Amino acid sequence: MTSDAVLRAEHLGFSYGDQRVVDDVSLAVAPGEFVALVGPNGAGKSTLLRLLLGLLEPTSGWVRLFGEPPKEMRDRWRLGYVPQRLAVPADLPATVAEVVAAGRLARTGWRRRFRAADRIEIEHAMESVSLLDLRDRPVRELSGGQQQRAFIAKALAGQPDLLVLDEPVAGVDAESQERFRDSLVHLVRMHAAAVLLVSHELGAVADDLNRVVVVRGGRVFFDGPPADLAATGVSLGVHTQDLPLWLESLPPHKDH
Amino acid sequence: MLPLPYPFDRDYMQLALVAGLAVGATAPLIGAFLVQKRLSLLGDGMGHLAFAGVAAGLLLGVWPVPIALAVAVAGAVAIERLRRGGRTSGDLALALVFYSGIAAGVVLAGRSGSFNASILGYLFGSVLTVSNADAVTVVVLGLAVLIVLAVMGRVLFAVVLDEESARVAGLPVDGVNTLLAVLAAVTVVAAMRVVGVLLVAAMMVLPVAASQVVASSFRRAVTLAMAIGVGAVVVGLGLARVWALPPGGTIVLVTAAVYAVLSVVRSTARSAIRFRPRA
Repeated sequence: MTSDAVLRAEHLGFSYGDQRVVDDVSLAVAPGEFVALVGPNGAGKSTLLRLLLGLLEPTSGWVRLFGEPPKEMRDRWRLGYVPQRLAVPADLPATVAEVVAAGRLARTGWRRRFRAADRIEIEHAMESVSLLDLRDRPVRELSGGQQQRAFIAKALAGQPDLLVLDEPVAGVDAESQERFRDSLVHLVRMHAAAVLLVSHELGAVADDLNRVVVVRGGRVFFDGPPADLAATGVSLGVHTQDLPLWLESLPPHKDH
Repeated sequence: MLPLPYPFDRDYMQLALVAGLAVGATAPLIGAFLVQKRLSLLGDGMGHLAFAGVAAGLLLGVWPVPIALAVAVAGAVAIERLRRGGRTSGDLALALVFYSGIAAGVVLAGRSGSFNASILGYLFGSVLTVSNADAVTVVVLGLAVLIVLAVMGRVLFAVVLDEESARVAGLPVDGVNTLLAVLAAVTVVAAMRVVGVLLVAAMMVLPVAASQVVASSFRRAVTLAMAIGVGAVVVGLGLARVWALPPGGTIVLVTAAVYAVLSVVRSTARSAIRFRPRA
């Protein structure tokens, strides 16, 4: 863990009533690092993510985003967020360009009008997820995978230094997964941005990850390079069900 | 008086037309955001609160419209606080305000002995009740709504699209939600003299529903909804004069008819495309 981490959490804990959902979690993401956060259903991934983003207050421990507590963070544009697949309402007539432009507000603030440079970045974000040709199509008319790419482009439009994605490719088609992988790799390599990907489908990005963090029973069960995980016999590669099966077979808590 | 042709050749029709055009343009503008937030019935709840405010004003013998505005704005803030607190869902928060407002209105109107033509004008709208001062108030409130939305439209859209991402991006989500509820309250009070408190929500929702059937972008949907709202006011007021119909109900029925026609046209066009023989 580096001292200039874009995201750092120490001894993070959270309880719903008596139920400890996140228990003594410490992790960090360095600039330009591509990290996957994985775990079986009910492992506490979503709660942990909400704590890291400042959407929930921890009951113990602390979080720093770019060195600041989430609620006091000034340059919010540095953090991009793609929530779990949004169900686009059938009556929402917004186009891809309108959805992506909404993400640029993180960078400009809500008061300032868009300038030429903003419009170029919005175009660039659509291009990076291969949706430029569909810019004027209503999002409701796109496939599930294309819709998700539009929301990823929305997050990219703010040119974040840390992009956090929650189960972005769950149930989307293979082509969209491949395009998704290309856009993330582009972000990491060309813009030196860090990525924290919460998923249990790592096939498309397995070869590009720097680290994998496995959460089980609200605790960090494994934190290291994919090769170390692979050494335990778990394959993260494409067309494999190894990871989900392995996650489900884990004991509830790591022995300390 | 302007030299307008029949049915807008009388003073009272021109006053109603001015107020109606302001309502027809601004109500759908607010409604476009409410519909996407799944708060289509917010205007209805506001209308019931405004009714309680009018009844209180009639009971006290002073300013029914300003009191209605104050009560509706307070109710809008209360609904948003209940919803934000997380312990009350959006529709339950609406129902609480909705029923409390109508009950208070009935009790206050009964107490003041004002269940007469005056209160009926507020409930269902009447061109005869629109005064010069009302027309000015409606236009000023409408302009205020237009200006606020011209400045805040983009951030409102971002919040409506995905509230959680907007919060992470540091956008003022709670302030924007409260602002939207307050704008809805202002619009309801501005519109109630024309279409009545019981039908005012329809002018927020039906033009939006109609425009969304055919619009290919959010911006076009909002523009088309405003055009439908304005058009429905002109046609509805005209028909109401010609056939001596209640204006509020007629305006809303014209809007509903536009929705029905656009829905049929769209489904017919889709069928035609689906069954077009290939060359």
